Amino acid sequence: MIKTDALIIGAGPTGLFTAHQLKLIGLDCEIVDNLDKIGGQCIELYPDKPIYDIPAVPECTGEELTKNLINQLKPFNIKFHLSERVDEVKKDGNKWIVKTNKGTSFTTPNVIIAGGVGSFEPRKFSVEGQEKFENKSILYSIKDKNIFKDKTVSIFGGGDSALDWAVELSNNCNVNLIHRRDEFRGAQATVDKVHELAKSKKINLFTKFQLKKLNGSNEIESIDIEDDDKNIKNLKTDYVIGFFGLIMQLGPIANWGLNINKKTVEVDTEKFETNQKGIYAVGDICNYPGKLKLILSGFHEGALAARACFKLARPNEKYRFEFTTSSKAIKNRLGVKGD
Amino acid sequence: MAKITYIEHNGTNHTVDVQNGLTVMEGAVQNDIPGIDADCGGSMACATCHVYVKEDWFDKINKKNEGEDDMLDQAYEPKKNSRLSCQIIVSDDLDGLVVDMPEKQT
Repeated sequence: MIKTDALIIGAGPTGLFTAHQLKLIGLDCEIVDNLDKIGGQCIELYPDKPIYDIPAVPECTGEELTKNLINQLKPFNIKFHLSERVDEVKKDGNKWIVKTNKGTSFTTPNVIIAGGVGSFEPRKFSVEGQEKFENKSILYSIKDKNIFKDKTVSIFGGGDSALDWAVELSNNCNVNLIHRRDEFRGAQATVDKVHELAKSKKINLFTKFQLKKLNGSNEIESIDIEDDDKNIKNLKTDYVIGFFGLIMQLGPIANWGLNINKKTVEVDTEKFETNQKGIYAVGDICNYPGKLKLILSGFHEGALAARACFKLARPNEKYRFEFTTSSKAIKNRLGVKGD
Repeated sequence: MAKITYIEHNGTNHTVDVQNGLTVMEGAVQNDIPGIDADCGGSMACATCHVYVKEDWFDKINKKNEGEDDMLDQAYEPKKNSRLSCQIIVSDDLDGLVVDMPEKQT
């Protein structure tokens, strides 16, 4: 069981800056995120899109913003638990016990939810029987490509993941690539490669088709795909892989006894505390009168929630407000020389 | 101003007046019409304001933006007449527009 002053759920910009604020006032913290990388929506949804409303930063991309926030955390040693989703938050006296889907558990007086719109999960097929075959013959990511050797694999999607894997697997499997339209959104070089492989029959390309039906009892034997004009083709296949990107799901947060309204968590505007003492919500996921879903609002909310954490983490000490420009204690924490 | 009808997957109809300049997504959100999530807030970074535009209207409204089809690839059950409602700007010309909402957005 990991002991920490505060546990942050979500490694997006708000979670990162909240960590900075906690460390600055002398509290330790750890961060859990379901994505395999740091940055949240900034890195997953719009790494290349410019943002124009970060104070004092006229223009930066989601990726640049993330890099700068990580840099700002450099003086501190913060443990990240990536590719882990917090599943359970339970009260234990005046502490919270937090458990992830990978079995990591924490005990902490403070839980800060900086979860954006929830956790990113792969978008799944919506056909009947999906659940039955999921993780067996239906997959949404590839961990070990060797299981596909000499098998028939049907890949759905038109982005880089779908195209890259179609090219890669065409080396030693029979690949069907199915996409709902003619255009692909992957890198042009990969798109060209796919067309080349389709010409030489190394990839069977089906555009303007979508998955209609799964056939098979224990394992998938074949699939029916349908085009816009309702023409159906039957394809024999061993595996079906969907690469439709990630969607955001509120997920387990809904089960923690919080006041939830339209996928957001109600908080006060003094501590950004929820209806549960010691659980805070900051950034896009929190809601209060006048809430703006801006990154800068998340920074402010995190700064205040961090101060509120101090009281529960150090009940016998008094929090004293200090500036980074003048506080010796803060400069020590940052590892910079005082005046 | 345009009267826009949003039809939920279960058939429930909502007809509301939406001001010019707003998007069809904002028209739904501001009027508390269920069925449009708009997780990203209209920045064309998700596909949770997905609607089906009635065939006779599809060619009349503004064309898809660059990148919109890329997002629609990630929508729930996209069809030929799929659009992201955050990319349809309301004007007088859209008076009478009807959009169907998918069974779910995520």
